[in-house]
Amino acid sequence: MGWKAVDRQTSPIPRDAGPVLSAEARAKIRGFLDRYETRRGALIPALHVAQESAGHLSLQVMKEVAECLEINPADVLDTTSFYTHFWTHARGKKVVVVCRSITCQIMGGDEVLEAVKKQLGIGEHDTTSDGKYSLITEECLAGCDHAPCMLIGERLHERVKPENVPAILADELNDMIDVPRSALYDGVKPGAG
Amino acid sequence: MATFQPVLTRNYGVKDSHLLSVYREHGGYEALSKALAMGAENVVEEVKRAELRGRGGAGFPAGVKWGFLPPNRKVTYLCVNCDEAEPPTFKDRTLVEKDPHQLIEGILITGYATRTTAAYIYMRAEFHRQFHVMQRAVDEAYAANLIGPNIMGSDFKMDIYIHRGAGAYVCGEETGLMESIEGRRGWPRIKPPFPAVEGLFGKPTVVNNVETLCCVKHIIEEGADWFLGIGPKGSKGPKLFAVSGPVRRPGVYEAAMDITCRDLVFGEDFAQGLTEGEELKGVLPGGISMGILGGDELDCKLDFDDVRRYRLLGLGTGAAVVVPKRTDIRTVLLNVARFFAHESCGQCTQCREGTGWMAKIASRIASGAGRIEDLDLLVEISNSMGMMPGMNICGLSDGAGWVVRSVVEKFRGELEEKIKAQPAGAAERALRQINPAYYEGAARVSAR
Repeated sequence: MGWKAVDRQTSPIPRDAGPVLSAEARAKIRGFLDRYETRRGALIPALHVAQESAGHLSLQVMKEVAECLEINPADVLDTTSFYTHFWTHARGKKVVVVCRSITCQIMGGDEVLEAVKKQLGIGEHDTTSDGKYSLITEECLAGCDHAPCMLIGERLHERVKPENVPAILADELNDMIDVPRSALYDGVKPGAG
Repeated sequence: MATFQPVLTRNYGVKDSHLLSVYREHGGYEALSKALAMGAENVVEEVKRAELRGRGGAGFPAGVKWGFLPPNRKVTYLCVNCDEAEPPTFKDRTLVEKDPHQLIEGILITGYATRTTAAYIYMRAEFHRQFHVMQRAVDEAYAANLIGPNIMGSDFKMDIYIHRGAGAYVCGEETGLMESIEGRRGWPRIKPPFPAVEGLFGKPTVVNNVETLCCVKHIIEEGADWFLGIGPKGSKGPKLFAVSGPVRRPGVYEAAMDITCRDLVFGEDFAQGLTEGEELKGVLPGGISMGILGGDELDCKLDFDDVRRYRLLGLGTGAAVVVPKRTDIRTVLLNVARFFAHESCGQCTQCREGTGWMAKIASRIASGAGRIEDLDLLVEISNSMGMMPGMNICGLSDGAGWVVRSVVEKFRGELEEKIKAQPAGAAERALRQINPAYYEGAARVSAR
């Protein structure tokens, strides 16, 4: 994560902005406190819920998480900046994660990545202009028996062929998984009760 | 090679095997009843007697690890390591998605034996489907009084929480895992103190791998003698092996550890050899950290000890990837070097700088701008890192160095041949671009 020097007269968090996390999201985040001996222990579940609620973890969202858990905002930034799953800038509605580890590379992962880049018209770490898709590569997704793999949202696509990539990306349900879900780590969308 | 009735994978083909009702139909939670009747100390003794060695990569005896817990402790935590991220491992994934209650039962028995107050299943973020399956299974178990304040009507109480990770391989290291549960960066801790004495939140903690805990259930169910009847000396019990790459039947196989790498890749009951048109160049049999076997080394037995005769770091996770002849060994070298450079947490200088440096050299070699002395340089860098030689805090550095050195040593011929086949001056040009000032300075000195 890069550091920017900021003029003391301005704050990276707009002073007059309303809260991003709703009361329900904050209550859900505080619900994790029971599970851990320290308040900071609830931080990673809190960040998951906050990211799914707000879309990404801006500095303002990090500050709100800190207020929720009554911990130091600097500690929230410290933790957030370590993990690749947490986005500190806006991302697309769906994130495509192409695996780049050894088995997927041997089984044709490079060609799948090229097909995705070509179909979406973006490179790694970019987002399409319509905000629908972001693309990243990641290390081993543990789907090696069905390499090459890519995750779209929660769903792992297996034995992906480059020629099937356009159809996969066009499918509206390409991020739906086939098992009943637990809402424990889900975000709280605005307006949800 | 000895065969036995599979236990870890026995429910894999059963319809709806993830449901509590189906698990119970197949004898589920009877081992837990048995453990509660045996008493905690007897459970620990049985697991020690069975010589169960950890299946997460290090192979440390589980019963011995539990024995390090201080007797007068008030709080005990159990961390279940489900952060499976060592390429190309996927065996824990199958355990969790096909038989989640087997793991829950193993956690409960272990928790009972070690007087655990709360267990955290640390599950990597990318396991979305597996999280939903596991959380629903945990919810079912709570509803059936198998987890909670009075388990199966006894005075044994324990909670199980799933703590999802956020994309860091180093959080699979036991102390990095604990740091992550505490809400911190996954920076491993120096040992001692060991987790058993000062672990999660500073309390006595046991960290065990998913497969290891599943074995605990079977040791209690069938007895330590049954476990000792499977496998060679020093490597007892059933082991899950994962095979991937261009093989006919990639997948997870349960076998005794007297199996050879050749059996696993070519065996009729296993991966059944390479697919049409593919030939074998090498195999990384333990997860990439352990190193590589050449095509002439396939008689290596996949147990905790024989692997060392073939200069592998260890058995690791027992996850094998077959490298075909068509894959340039420089690609393999770059892939593994880049993995560790990305995943290094950055605390220790030798690992942070060393993995980065090895990845840059491997990248230059793969792009056709390598030098013969780069191969010696890679070995030198790999020799300068590691927890075992006392230079780094955690074993990520050992794996990073070991695999690079292993590939360079065993495939030196191909690497040198490819480097010599580069266009003349390619390496020079690349290096000049990387560091022009060095070359200008050198030219000035030699011109005097």
